[in-house]
Amino acid sequence: MAKQYEFSSRRLPYLLVLPQMAIVFVFFFWPAIQAVWQSLYIQDAFGLSMIFVGLSNYVRLFKDPSYINSLFISFAFAAVVAFSAMTLALFLAVQANRRIRGAAFYKTMLVWPYAMATLVAGVLWLFLFSPNVGIIAYFLKHSLGIDWNHLLRAGQAFLLVSIAASWKQVSYNFVFFLAGLQNVPAALVEAAAIDGASPFRRFWSVVFPLLSPTTFYLLVMNLVYAFFETFPIIHQVTEGGPGQATNILVYRVYKDGVINLDLGASSAESVILMLIVIGLTVLQFRFVERKVTY
Amino acid sequence: MKRLVIALAAFALLCGTAFAEPVTIEFWHAMGGKNGDVTQAIIDKFNASQSDYKVVGVFKGSYADTMNAGIAAFRAGQPPAILQVYEVGTATMMSAKGAIVPVYKLMQEEGQSFDPHEFIPAISGYYSTSSGQMLSMPFNSSTAVMYYNKDAFRKAGLDPNKPPKTWPEVFADARKLKAAGYQGGLTSNWFGWIQLENFSAWHNVPFGTKSNGFDGFDTRLVFNGPLQLRHLTNLYNLSKEGVFIYGGRDNAANSLFTSGQVPIHFESIGGYGAMKSTCKFDFGVAMLPYYPDVKGAPQNSIIGGASLWVMAKQSQAQYKAVAAFLTFLSKPDIQSYFHEQTGYLPVTLAAYKLTKEQGYYKDNPGLEVAIQQLNNKTPTPNSRGIRFGYMPQIRTICDEQWESILGGKETVKQGLDNMVRLGNELLRKFEQIAQ
Amino acid sequence: MVERSLAKRAAPHLFLILAIVIFLAPIWVAFVASTQTLPDILAAPMSLLPGTHFVENYVRALVHGSDNLGASALTMLENSLIMALGIAVGKIAVSLLAAFAIVYFDFRLRKFCFWTIIVTLMLPVEIRIMPTYKVVADLHMLDSYWGLILPMIVSATAVFLFRQFFMSVPREIAEASQIDGSSPMEFFRRILLPMTRTPIAAMFVIQFIYGWNQYLWPLLITTKQSYYTLLIGINRMLAVADAQVEWQIVMATTLIAMIPPVLVVLFMQRQFVSGMTDTEK
Repeated sequence: MAKQYEFSSRRLPYLLVLPQMAIVFVFFFWPAIQAVWQSLYIQDAFGLSMIFVGLSNYVRLFKDPSYINSLFISFAFAAVVAFSAMTLALFLAVQANRRIRGAAFYKTMLVWPYAMATLVAGVLWLFLFSPNVGIIAYFLKHSLGIDWNHLLRAGQAFLLVSIAASWKQVSYNFVFFLAGLQNVPAALVEAAAIDGASPFRRFWSVVFPLLSPTTFYLLVMNLVYAFFETFPIIHQVTEGGPGQATNILVYRVYKDGVINLDLGASSAESVILMLIVIGLTVLQFRFVERKVTY
Repeated sequence: MKRLVIALAAFALLCGTAFAEPVTIEFWHAMGGKNGDVTQAIIDKFNASQSDYKVVGVFKGSYADTMNAGIAAFRAGQPPAILQVYEVGTATMMSAKGAIVPVYKLMQEEGQSFDPHEFIPAISGYYSTSSGQMLSMPFNSSTAVMYYNKDAFRKAGLDPNKPPKTWPEVFADARKLKAAGYQGGLTSNWFGWIQLENFSAWHNVPFGTKSNGFDGFDTRLVFNGPLQLRHLTNLYNLSKEGVFIYGGRDNAANSLFTSGQVPIHFESIGGYGAMKSTCKFDFGVAMLPYYPDVKGAPQNSIIGGASLWVMAKQSQAQYKAVAAFLTFLSKPDIQSYFHEQTGYLPVTLAAYKLTKEQGYYKDNPGLEVAIQQLNNKTPTPNSRGIRFGYMPQIRTICDEQWESILGGKETVKQGLDNMVRLGNELLRKFEQIAQ
Repeated sequence: MVERSLAKRAAPHLFLILAIVIFLAPIWVAFVASTQTLPDILAAPMSLLPGTHFVENYVRALVHGSDNLGASALTMLENSLIMALGIAVGKIAVSLLAAFAIVYFDFRLRKFCFWTIIVTLMLPVEIRIMPTYKVVADLHMLDSYWGLILPMIVSATAVFLFRQFFMSVPREIAEASQIDGSSPMEFFRRILLPMTRTPIAAMFVIQFIYGWNQYLWPLLITTKQSYYTLLIGINRMLAVADAQVEWQIVMATTLIAMIPPVLVVLFMQRQFVSGMTDTEK
């Protein structure tokens, strides 16, 4: 890249980045370092007695079947949400991409759910499935004979939070898939048609591979969404239960830190989550951002 | 000119001394809604009754939020003078010796006449050491009771004025109620607090060693004994029959009772006011049932609710204010007022007597049932209360295991044993860090 | 043009309409609930047609709030608005300045600053809640707007987007402005910013929604009712101890909570979509 013209001020750039850097250090790096530091101690709630225990908090976590269960549940939940939200969104994007009347209307109607808070999604579906007042729960019980009680049935609880989480995320995926589809050169698709490929084959051999950067990007974003942004749903709808059926990692960090006042465990769980995010983000940068050119 | 200045200065000085600022202390609490209004009214009464001290009441959210806020404030160097902490936080608070000032010590130093024997033993005992020294001031105490739907009893052919006294009777009545067409026979709130902690105390069997944790941090949980196993197995079998309905954690099962669907319910007496306003049927309050073949049952029930802790880092003048406020709070008329307005129990015997004399229990016999249940017998080491570290976590473990049991994922014995085993791991961790 | 029978032409419409119905159904049910009385809702199943208590419920939610909550929807609306606008405007302002510095100046810490900011993508607030809570408490910013806004104000995505955009602007313009005697900041203000209108609008939509929908952080640091945001109010209404959940007020408040961000997306849909898809690249 040729050397671009740049301003020659000495101090101005530092002043300009100062607000951002200050906040980044005070509210990001300093707490993150604290989390790592505190994960090496056990301490009472008031911090009056801190005992260095090295990696013992981590060992305790990995020996704890409930933590292993949380790891498993979190990944399972993320996989279910990512898969359902992405396949549904891709399907709808393909439909909306056809040259049909009212495409703009459909697009608008499918984009606005992005604005909903995850909590709102959780509350709406909780209301529909509430064992006492929910109309879907009532219908299941009285018309299909299914006794719906997500307060007691682990599978039902997992299903409910998955529905709420996926429902909201379809919109986000839809926007990206639609944009991606619109970037697929029509000439390529038509060439395949001329060659005699069926619509099904045309999609899977030509279109889908070209969508792969979008797909990969969305996969990572959906996983991050399911790991972190679904906290309100779990907090509101199931509190991690019944049993441990929906006790995802991010909920544990909150529960152990805020309710149980067990800062050592909460910090260790935070650090592990940090490593998971770093892994996902590095993956995203290496495979997706590689394509950045100017 | 000079005389004017002197006159003005003298006047200013006079004003200064006449309107001296009262010593201000902050009282952080978790009393929202109606209870919050009542608490604020009491604070206002105190402030109006004298001019040396001023209490500022601050609502800080749920019990967990309030405790968190108090701890964060302490760590930031500015704790409030008084912090309301729920009963499961007692072990954490009392082991934080640099953060709190025990109430008995404060009262001694401030020369307030303070006799722990004025308090109802089951209540003050919970917040005292084994030798009777009061660590925190009981404020809003409740206990677990049985609510029952009198209209439903009538419909099922049961006598609404003779609620079941023993567990076998409860189970039989619950089955009859289910047969009479109700969705279920019985349900319960607060599984851990009512069906394990209170259950053990009411039957005078230990929940943990060392007087349920009062005598040391090297305590172990032992509530997976034969009696508790028998009780949970009974409940589990009833749930298979569809007679026991699980309503969820904490107080989520309330709507099962208030909607009329399940006519027998176990809940805190602190919910009495809400029951009165939401239940559209005639209901009664009865003592917790017991197993008649257990020697020593019924003993006394244990409390729930919260107490007031005095925090460190206040000035001498502020501690005077705290002592004065705490004394004010335990006056019989104040206690009686709080009790009648909120449904929480009076903390002193004098307040109980005053409320009774005022005839309050004629219209609200349920409240007196709760007090009688607490006073049933002198507390034993098994029934003074519980004091374990990481108690909120232990309660969650109990909820989770109970849900697994009901869901058929493990047997009752496995679930109970897991509760104890996992809880003990936490207790060992707490023992390490408690001073 | 490939073959299209009637069935094949109708199919996309059917699927899309079905999808729209699935998206709208829970909202419809919530709306119906917000127009009924509580006993109607409790007597399951609730009817699927709106009731007659629309005005009464919404007025009560806005002015008074649910019993036991202690905060009206109006107050919470105000708080959510302040928080969302504060976060959006704050993020954009801070990111614009940082991106400007990184692109247009050659200074020693340039690469360090850029990568440090990008790394924050890996630190969502959920994984540092307890230590950040402590930092905010130590700074005495609990129960305050600063505490709600400041920790949320870094955006690697905004810096990235603005950087990308700035780099696509021909440098001759910057050079020319210097020759004309303008200072860098004058160039920034008078020339660069107006050109950046579209990315700024896109970022505004995304960050406003991000800020409006914050949950975990406000849950932790606001305990005073006067600082409740709409989402926190909804949570607290559902978490009442010893009292009945007032579903009709909860639903009314939920719908109120949905309206501003949805309106923002609807009115700025074009910028929003372009902003989202541009940041992917």
